[in-house]
Amino acid sequence: MTNWKLILSIGKTHLLTKIKQTSIAALGVTFGIGSYITLVCFMTGLNAMLDNLILNQTPHIHIYSEIEPSKNQPVDMYYGVKNSFNVVHSIKPKLSQKNIHNALPIIHYLNANEKVRGAIPQIKTQIFYIAGSIELGGNLTGINLIEELRLFNFGDYIIEGSAKALENTDNGILLGIGIAKKMSLKIGDRVQVSPIGGDVFPLKIVGFYQSGIADVDAIQSFANIKTVQRILGRPNNYITDINVKLYDIEKAIPLSKKIQQQFNLKAVDIKTANAQFETGTTIRNLITYAVSITLLIVAGFGIYNILNMLIYEKMNDIAILKATGFSGRDVQFIFMSQAMIIGFVGGILGLIIGFGLASLIDTIPFKTEALPTIETYPINMNPLFFIIGFSFAMLSTFLAGYLPSKRARKIDPVKIIRGQ
Amino acid sequence: MTTVLEAKHINKYFKKPVLFHVLKDINFKIEKGEFTSIMGKSGCGKSTLLYILSTMDTDYEGELLLNDELITNQSRDYLSFIRNKHIGFVFQFHYLLADFTVLENVMLPAKKLAEKSLQEIEFDAYEKLRTLNIDHLAKKKASHISGGEKQRVAIARALINNPALIMGDEPTGNLDSYNSENVFDIFKRLSLEEGLSLLVVTHDEDFANRTDKIIMMEDGRIVTNPRQMI
Repeated sequence: MTNWKLILSIGKTHLLTKIKQTSIAALGVTFGIGSYITLVCFMTGLNAMLDNLILNQTPHIHIYSEIEPSKNQPVDMYYGVKNSFNVVHSIKPKLSQKNIHNALPIIHYLNANEKVRGAIPQIKTQIFYIAGSIELGGNLTGINLIEELRLFNFGDYIIEGSAKALENTDNGILLGIGIAKKMSLKIGDRVQVSPIGGDVFPLKIVGFYQSGIADVDAIQSFANIKTVQRILGRPNNYITDINVKLYDIEKAIPLSKKIQQQFNLKAVDIKTANAQFETGTTIRNLITYAVSITLLIVAGFGIYNILNMLIYEKMNDIAILKATGFSGRDVQFIFMSQAMIIGFVGGILGLIIGFGLASLIDTIPFKTEALPTIETYPINMNPLFFIIGFSFAMLSTFLAGYLPSKRARKIDPVKIIRGQ
Repeated sequence: MTTVLEAKHINKYFKKPVLFHVLKDINFKIEKGEFTSIMGKSGCGKSTLLYILSTMDTDYEGELLLNDELITNQSRDYLSFIRNKHIGFVFQFHYLLADFTVLENVMLPAKKLAEKSLQEIEFDAYEKLRTLNIDHLAKKKASHISGGEKQRVAIARALINNPALIMGDEPTGNLDSYNSENVFDIFKRLSLEEGLSLLVVTHDEDFANRTDKIIMMEDGRIVTNPRQMI
């Protein structure tokens, strides 16, 4: 039978009469939690921004037909030399088509898969941009614009002109900003492109594309898939790449393996393609948590210290309480409740301060060429961080209060009373 | 007469720094309404005995009975309950909780016992303060009143749960003669009018001589077995 109301009222009185110490202890928690929230919101916001930079425009699975040498050379199949050691010099890649065989049925099949958010075709080809007598090498990618907009946020990277204009213009091209600068072109102008060993086609510029990576912007342009097929003189089932976006990025590896086996095509999943990127994210998260936990531990020691002092000062009170019938448990609960109150108040204040600071950072302008859609510093306000922060405040104050309060429980009142 | 407290063959040893036999076969009884004092020279073990009787010190041999109930070897939580309900304490150095008001100090043991509602407890506390003529101090902080007043507040606190026994460890040791007299009168009145049993350790011979019974101790033994005083 623990009388919580009484214990809390005693704890409260102790805290209020020592309001300075109490505030310092609570502020320790507040700063710990506040900086944890700010830091983690800001860091994960940055991480998410960097992730999105890659993930938004990167397919979860990229399927294409790889030009590579045959794995089994004919000599290996010859029974006569089966048990001997064969060396073949100067292996050349096998002559195969660049496009994906039966691409349309494959796309259809993938779109029927319930894990797949969308599978869309692309045609990648090398072209020359022709400006007078100068030929600039580059890439032209034929895209299905509506699907690209839906799945890969393509619209974020069109800095001038509109996606709609490309959809409506038969011979339209979205020119990389780098090429446009080199050739002094503006929207509405015509640019002549020529595929390798092909004719010259004039295309109308309907917009500019900027990925944020200068090397890409200096060569890359986009046009409708049909336009590219026409430039290349290919039929409308000529597809070189299929980009797949999934609902769950974790399913990319197994599905890519399955596709590779099933269709005898090269299928690269996003994790393999961006392995170094994932390592960066992991390490950044690790740093965030290491710093946060350090802050919280420091705050925890502050509470431990102050509670220890409080117990030394309150030896008399402890002895009286015990003499007048409070059990050791009651006394322990009194001091535990003080620690928990400090943790609770400090934690809540910390959450508010963290929220305030994070909101403030969210309004600071942050303009960068590389990220056309970002205007302020990115903040990731995940409710989970607030829950973790608060739980840690309570946990650390619990631990910081436990040891001193356990000592208070064990104090022998006779020693204190007779000691005076 | 009913026996409130009975000690049977109490022995106690201090183990540090060397083994020392402090209390040697202590036997006595305290009857209801009896005002008893324990006297003896410093170091004769009288305070040690008091703290064993108070149930706070459990490290002893022998048997202790409160209201004919054996309380030796009871759990600490139960002993806390017994102290709360049946025993009131008054110490030499007043021992109030400095951060609380006088009223809160008095109410605390009753709140712990939680047998009455808060209003009843507050009423009782005022009642006790009034009988000791200190009800005007009720709202003052315990650290802001004089020594004599503190001791009277401590007595009020000891009385709040209507205990069977009040124990005092030199309750007048730190007070001037006027306040000592005052405290003694209060004790005497409680014993006579309310039938309360009192057990007080004291150095003050005048004080002891006016009590009902003196237990004289020397070297851990009771030397003058209950000497009746009028």
